[in-house]
Amino acid sequence: MSMKRRHFIKNTLVGGAVAAGAVAMPQLAIAEWNKAAFEAKSVDDALNALVGASGMEDSAEIKIKAPDIAENGAVVPIQVTTSMKGVESIAIIAEKNPVPLVANFKFGANGAGFVSTRIKMGKTSHVLAVVKVGDKLYSAKKEVKVTIGGCGG
Amino acid sequence: MAKGMRVQAKSKNGVTQVKALINHPMETGNRKDKKTGKLIPAHFIEEVTCEYKGEQVMLAEWSGGVSKNPYMAFKFNGGSADEMVKVGWKDNQGGNDTLDVKIK
Repeated sequence: MSMKRRHFIKNTLVGGAVAAGAVAMPQLAIAEWNKAAFEAKSVDDALNALVGASGMEDSAEIKIKAPDIAENGAVVPIQVTTSMKGVESIAIIAEKNPVPLVANFKFGANGAGFVSTRIKMGKTSHVLAVVKVGDKLYSAKKEVKVTIGGCGG
Repeated sequence: MAKGMRVQAKSKNGVTQVKALINHPMETGNRKDKKTGKLIPAHFIEEVTCEYKGEQVMLAEWSGGVSKNPYMAFKFNGGSADEMVKVGWKDNQGGNDTLDVKIK
């Protein structure tokens, strides 16, 4: 029990220091994790909270590489590539997850339009990649069939 | 609370690819403990950053929807061999870690 308490205090202190450091960094000026976006239960809500808009344009310049059938929904590899210039952020959204917004990658001026990660998927659904360029949102989607969900216990 | 992280950075044709593998449970907070029936508290990485020459080149915000022991990769323009990149993460319980890696 005392161990736990010690860890807790230590982590709080360290976390505080990191938060202070983040504020001092001017480049990408994001102080806090976007709670609203990551608690949103629908794709539109998540996008509104994340970038202030949900209107998207389909784009052939975004490529999603993901399996057609994911045997294990707990680990679905997703790779997003775009040839667009000036990519500000790439968001990965699994439409039917309890929390659809899985990840949002933001880039500085030298972002090269490529991200890859592994996500959990509760059930078969579309995976959306939403790319922000300037004030506009572009998206692409791909359906991934999930045989065993990765969100249950 | 360093639980281990592996980072690899490789530069090719003026583009650097950074790959990171982090040991982390990534609990969403929606999962139940099978024995006790109680919810397992959320414990996941909220933020991953990458710095190059003191500038943030990438900031990722994650939900618990990223797989356990997350893997991620991204690319940025610039960077050459023997320069350093710094990758860091922090989770919703205040855990964090950073690692400096030389670009290959």
